[in-house]
Amino acid sequence: MQRKYFRTFLLMIVVAVVAGFFVYPGTVLDKWSPWRLGLDLVGGTQVIFEVDMSSVASADRDQVMDGLRDVMERRVNIFGVSEPQVITSNTGDHYRLIVELAGIRDAAEAIKQIGRIAHLEFSEVEQTGDGADGDAGNIRYISSELNGSHLKRAQAVIDPTTYKPQISIEFNSAGSVLFENLTAKNVGKPIAIFLDGALISAPVVQEKITGGQAVISGQFTIPEAQNLASLLNAGALPVPVKLVSQQTVGASLGLNSLNKTMFAGLMGTLAVMLFMVIYYRIFGVFSVLALIIYIILNLAIFKLVGVTMSLSTIAGFVLSIGMAVDANILIFERSKEEIRKNLSRNTAIEEGFRRAWPSIRDSNISTILTSLILYYLTTGFVRGFALALLVGVLVSMFTAITVTRTIMRVFVRN
Amino acid sequence: MYIIKNKFIFLGISGLLVAASIFSIFYFGFRQGIDFAGGTLWQIQSENISGQEFLQEMFPESSVMPVEGGSFLIRMPEITEEQHQESLKVLQSRFSGLEELKFESIGPAIGKEVRDRAVWAFLAVLVGISLYIAFAFRKVSYPVNSWKYGIITLVTLFHDALIPAGMTAVIGYLGYGAELNTNFIIAILVVMGFSVHDTIVVFDRIRENLRLGIGKNEAFSGLVGRSIQETINRSINTSLTLVLVLVFLYFLGSPALFHFILVILVGTIVGTYSSICVASPLLTLWKRSGNI
Repeated sequence: MQRKYFRTFLLMIVVAVVAGFFVYPGTVLDKWSPWRLGLDLVGGTQVIFEVDMSSVASADRDQVMDGLRDVMERRVNIFGVSEPQVITSNTGDHYRLIVELAGIRDAAEAIKQIGRIAHLEFSEVEQTGDGADGDAGNIRYISSELNGSHLKRAQAVIDPTTYKPQISIEFNSAGSVLFENLTAKNVGKPIAIFLDGALISAPVVQEKITGGQAVISGQFTIPEAQNLASLLNAGALPVPVKLVSQQTVGASLGLNSLNKTMFAGLMGTLAVMLFMVIYYRIFGVFSVLALIIYIILNLAIFKLVGVTMSLSTIAGFVLSIGMAVDANILIFERSKEEIRKNLSRNTAIEEGFRRAWPSIRDSNISTILTSLILYYLTTGFVRGFALALLVGVLVSMFTAITVTRTIMRVFVRN
Repeated sequence: MYIIKNKFIFLGISGLLVAASIFSIFYFGFRQGIDFAGGTLWQIQSENISGQEFLQEMFPESSVMPVEGGSFLIRMPEITEEQHQESLKVLQSRFSGLEELKFESIGPAIGKEVRDRAVWAFLAVLVGISLYIAFAFRKVSYPVNSWKYGIITLVTLFHDALIPAGMTAVIGYLGYGAELNTNFIIAILVVMGFSVHDTIVVFDRIRENLRLGIGKNEAFSGLVGRSIQETINRSINTSLTLVLVLVFLYFLGSPALFHFILVILVGTIVGTYSSICVASPLLTLWKRSGNI
């Protein structure tokens, strides 16, 4: 019998060591499955946009939201943060877009850029008066059918003669035709280019342009031209959005709280282990071993599933450590009681596990219930806490019972 | 058992604490966090900020608080991103090397939603746990009906949530910045999670002793007393381990979590007390008053 348990024990140790390598940060394994850190730990920003659906018929709103999310996802990818998140939410008649950029350096710039509509429009210019007195009221802009949705590609380039940054654009086939017609109709006249309703430039058409190539020149700086080109490539937002909430954490503050919390959590866990060994002696040593396996397995699952680690996740994790220890304490106290009844050590331990089980089961089920309710009813930080707690309790039921029992079966002799 | 014999003293202490907590919640009220009430919270740091007068003048409607480590926390009604950037420029030109540690701005509508959701989730958890306890103890309906275990658990959970909440109201009133916010709700849920574990362990032992029928002639209150005695080591040791972790987190952890940890710390102690000195005595009292 003992041999069989010994094999299980070895298997657990091997699994724990492998999981330990997987969890340890900075190894090659991080490439295909990195730690995901929340913005409260690495810095970054979370913004919520209220979507203005007033101009959209209610039947089309879900579709517009999907389109909006796609554009937003393309936009946030420009900023090169790892795993940006774009989530849509709909409560009552409020449509919202939640964008999370963990680890971003210039949050202010990102917020400014991703909230822009970036609607590009080409208009004909009709000059009704002679314009000699500089009478601007005589100019009328007539929107053409050509707009940003006809773009194939936009790129920031430097004008070879003036050395000024500008944006070269290429239309798709439908756009090329429209552009050709538009230029053919307006030879010798300007065409006005609008971005979000503001006039950027109004170059005068020299001749009909075929092939769908054009250039937007304006008073751009190089970064502005680059941003604009990226935005045009990502596409315009189908409806206007308004910033209603922002949470930005500087990287240094995040790192500071991460280090402090990890250190404090580690010291606390060590103190608990020390307590267990002092109070329960050899049983305590077993529970410490089980606890180490528990911590490693739990972290491995967090990493594997891609749970975002934030302060609330750590809080949930620490709580589940407490619950894992609690299960062991229950079992040990019970076993001690049975030993006092003059049962043999092995029988007493088996009896301890058996009798402690109903309370471990009931208390853990109530915790699982709590975390499920929280997970489905809340968003954001509370949700992260609930997920960590759920994973933690499930893993702890395995380690505190199966792992501890195997260790004890292997090492405890009558 | 000492606790059952002197139950009115222990219940009295709890009653006083709960009454004081309810009083302070209604009298002092809560300072609501900006994630619930909406508003802007801005934390900036620069070695060149000597005093907070300039910040106070710049944001007249704000409260400015110096934070450990040489930074300042400014709390004010919601400002827009444009206002934020303008103010940042002014501050950067005035204080060189200014660094933004944190900027949170939340609209009142969002805040209300977050708060409502948190409150609903909290209530759902309370009801869910109580129903489960009533279910788990369904086979034990003599001498106390199983739903009474559920109700008493609910009462105990309220007790454990109210006392740290009252403490938060008092600390907030004294101006140490404790708030009703998302973190607070999480902390209370942690407390409730632990408290229900404690209560279940004691109730489970009562259930077991009833089923074994060891002392069939034993009075119910005697059996409850014995069950407490048999589980008290475990209750205290478990709380002790959690208290150990929390004390380390409180003194060594991130200052952003001070109040969070404090609520859990106090709640854990209260929760252990309540499962031993409130839940079980209530069970004997209720048994006595009704025949079922």
